[in-house]
Amino acid sequence: MTRANLTALIAAVADTISSHADELTSLDQAIGDGDHGLNMKRGFEAVRADAATLGEKPLPEALKAIGTKLVMTVGGASGPLFGTLFMTLGKEIASEPGRPDFAAALAKSIDAVAARGKSQPGQKTMLDVLYPVQAAVAAGKSPSEIADLADAAAEATKPLKAIRGRASFLGDRSIGHMDAGARSTALIVRAVAETLEADA
Amino acid sequence: MKNVGIVIVSHSSKVAEGTADMVRQMVGEEVPLAWCGGNADGGLGTQVGAIMEAIDKAWSEAGVAILVDLGGAETNSEMAVEMIGEPRSHKIAICNAPIVEGAVMAATEASGGASLKDVVATAHELAPA
Repeated sequence: MTRANLTALIAAVADTISSHADELTSLDQAIGDGDHGLNMKRGFEAVRADAATLGEKPLPEALKAIGTKLVMTVGGASGPLFGTLFMTLGKEIASEPGRPDFAAALAKSIDAVAARGKSQPGQKTMLDVLYPVQAAVAAGKSPSEIADLADAAAEATKPLKAIRGRASFLGDRSIGHMDAGARSTALIVRAVAETLEADA
Repeated sequence: MKNVGIVIVSHSSKVAEGTADMVRQMVGEEVPLAWCGGNADGGLGTQVGAIMEAIDKAWSEAGVAILVDLGGAETNSEMAVEMIGEPRSHKIAICNAPIVEGAVMAATEASGGASLKDVVATAHELAPA
């Protein structure tokens, strides 16, 4: 991965999170505490502000720094969860990763998110998008296929009942709403996929 | 300070401060105490950086017990403990207890010179079974 496209990736992710902040907040208001959009926007805009410095770092260091920045700025449970994803990815990834390296590092990162959230797939969380995305990355799917699959996986959280997080307080009433964290994860996946595809 | 310190982490700065007031009324200056609450914009939420500062402020060689309200406060507190890292992280425990009652009971136990383990156990007795 070149420096230029790391900066482009950061911009693409921050753009999509910021432009969907209201939608994420609405999703979170339906079954959570309604701060997801603003929290994620604050975090990813803080990452964007550091994009030039981040672009100078080797990929593992840049990913760790992005994770730390999210942890320190998001200000909800999403901070440690998305932060852990990027921090672990930075810890596990090679400087110039091929697809198998990326898939392996991503698998470890997703397990770390599951451990941080004491959660597992099927509980109406970001994990319900992350695990299928990792499987698609490992299976050699194209970026656009992976982006579509992420959207479908987020959509598929609607009928699930929340077991973790604030939405779990609502029990059965969480059914029928898309999980906000699953939606933001799908947005990030699409932004990354489209940027990589344009770059290829 | 030889007594265990207490840190209160709420989504609301008012809840955190109010809980700290109740703890102070109970134990005076016998226990190191710090609180934090709210996000960077002054709204409801919890912040890892603020939790790390509160732990530093309430630091005691005997350890620090953290009382939290809802899920994000717990996740952010766990992250803060991990970022503080070893060896201090071994002396920090997050209590599974209602924030107000837990903080008052934990601080009362701490004021008598109890170990971190005993302070945490006292708070845990308040947790719903």
